[in-house]
Amino acid sequence: MTDENLRRTPLYALHLELGGKMVPFAGYEMPVQYPAGVLKEHLHTREKAGLFDVSHMGQGFLAGDTAALERVTPADVAGLKDGMQRYGLLLGDQGTILDDFMFSRLAGEPDLYLVVNAGTKEADFDYIGAKLKGAAAITPRFDRALLALQGPAAAAALERHSPGISDLTFMQVKRTTVAGAPAIISRTGYTGEDGFEISVEAADADRVARALLAEPEVLPIGLGARDSLRLEAGLCLYGHDIDDTVNPAEAGLMWSIGKRRKDARDFPAGEKIMAGGFAKKLVGIRPDGRAPAREGTEIADKSGKVIGKVTSGGFGPSLNAPLAMGYVETAFAAAGTPIDLLVRGKALPATVSSMPFVPHNYRRPQK
Amino acid sequence: MSEVRYTDQHEWIRLDGDEATVGITKYAAESLGDVVFVELPPLAKTVTAGGEAAVVESVKAASDIYSPAGGTVSAANPDLEAAPSKVNEDPEGAGWFFKLKSVNTDDFAKLMDAAAYAKFVESL
Repeated sequence: MTDENLRRTPLYALHLELGGKMVPFAGYEMPVQYPAGVLKEHLHTREKAGLFDVSHMGQGFLAGDTAALERVTPADVAGLKDGMQRYGLLLGDQGTILDDFMFSRLAGEPDLYLVVNAGTKEADFDYIGAKLKGAAAITPRFDRALLALQGPAAAAALERHSPGISDLTFMQVKRTTVAGAPAIISRTGYTGEDGFEISVEAADADRVARALLAEPEVLPIGLGARDSLRLEAGLCLYGHDIDDTVNPAEAGLMWSIGKRRKDARDFPAGEKIMAGGFAKKLVGIRPDGRAPAREGTEIADKSGKVIGKVTSGGFGPSLNAPLAMGYVETAFAAAGTPIDLLVRGKALPATVSSMPFVPHNYRRPQK
Repeated sequence: MSEVRYTDQHEWIRLDGDEATVGITKYAAESLGDVVFVELPPLAKTVTAGGEAAVVESVKAASDIYSPAGGTVSAANPDLEAAPSKVNEDPEGAGWFFKLKSVNTDDFAKLMDAAAYAKFVESL
């Protein structure tokens, strides 16, 4: 089954060769899993290393007065140091979340390097372009490929093709080479594990991916395991856990707002967001039993009153238990609060949980 | 004498005397991927042919399992609660879902036999 309107990444042929089960995702034909299956792919990433094709995500460069990006994000852009990457939220005028993204200041370069979500990339760059008109301009590089190599053995495997890369610490980024190809490599990812995101020209992507897959620690990993890994790590998925109906306070993403920005409240709906007092909050949820609660499942208090809805839910292979995220009325948001999940007409007991569900394993700089 | 039949939803049903055993086929188990939870019908529940009888959850998604024939649930596989992976390991054996009594044999007779099901799978 193929749809001719779907786009393909530069690794499409490799996915087929590896036996990837291709599904439509954000307008692309992407591998949801390979023959190993979601469970094994997930566990392999936590144990060794997994290679993900995330070329569908939107890359681009912002040129000009790059600090003007602060008009549309509450992150500290002006204060980002050379060689560092940061997480930011793209906010609409009402302070709701249009997307989440990564931005990098490459050493010695005036432009900011951006990576936004696949499903929103055209809209994001149009929006940024319009809001920053006259100050800064976006050049989309949707043609570039992006690979993620994640897991405790990622550094050792990548080091063989990019000598010196394991000196990077969490959230550092640099231009270098991988398997001889020019690359932008950051020590980041979206699995909760140590790892890297590797941006290369489309023409080099297949060769770089094959070189990394030839390493004994590395297996190809599909979108299915990418989702279960990020959920265990307590990381939000745009369009599910966050969207343009919620603000950073409701989504529990206030940590992404720089201190200077919090003090100045100089971002969309800054006064309102900093004032707080919102009716709902995104929380982690651990079902007490074995049944997973999927996206859309209603959340009730112990009297049966509906107090919220699951936004991501499934089974965590490393946790060996079901897990979920969802919005609940603020009075029920404290970790340890007993709740019910209304699954197929039955109230299944569950508990509000702190996140991440599985501890992060980032390589932070030594203090 | 037991006889096995198949549905186009990839369930199998094996009739042994007056009791039938129901599960999902190897094809279904492979399509679903790693099974992590199975919700089985309560004992004495009356099921109809094509009616929802169980739910199987893989890491990725939940899928309804339909009863291949009408009947009354007489057993549910007790092993699947602790070891849902049995559905992947042995879908047409130890990974059975539930048993039925008072099986509607007219429903049973309308189902595909092994040769017809194999041909059906090949056509997908």
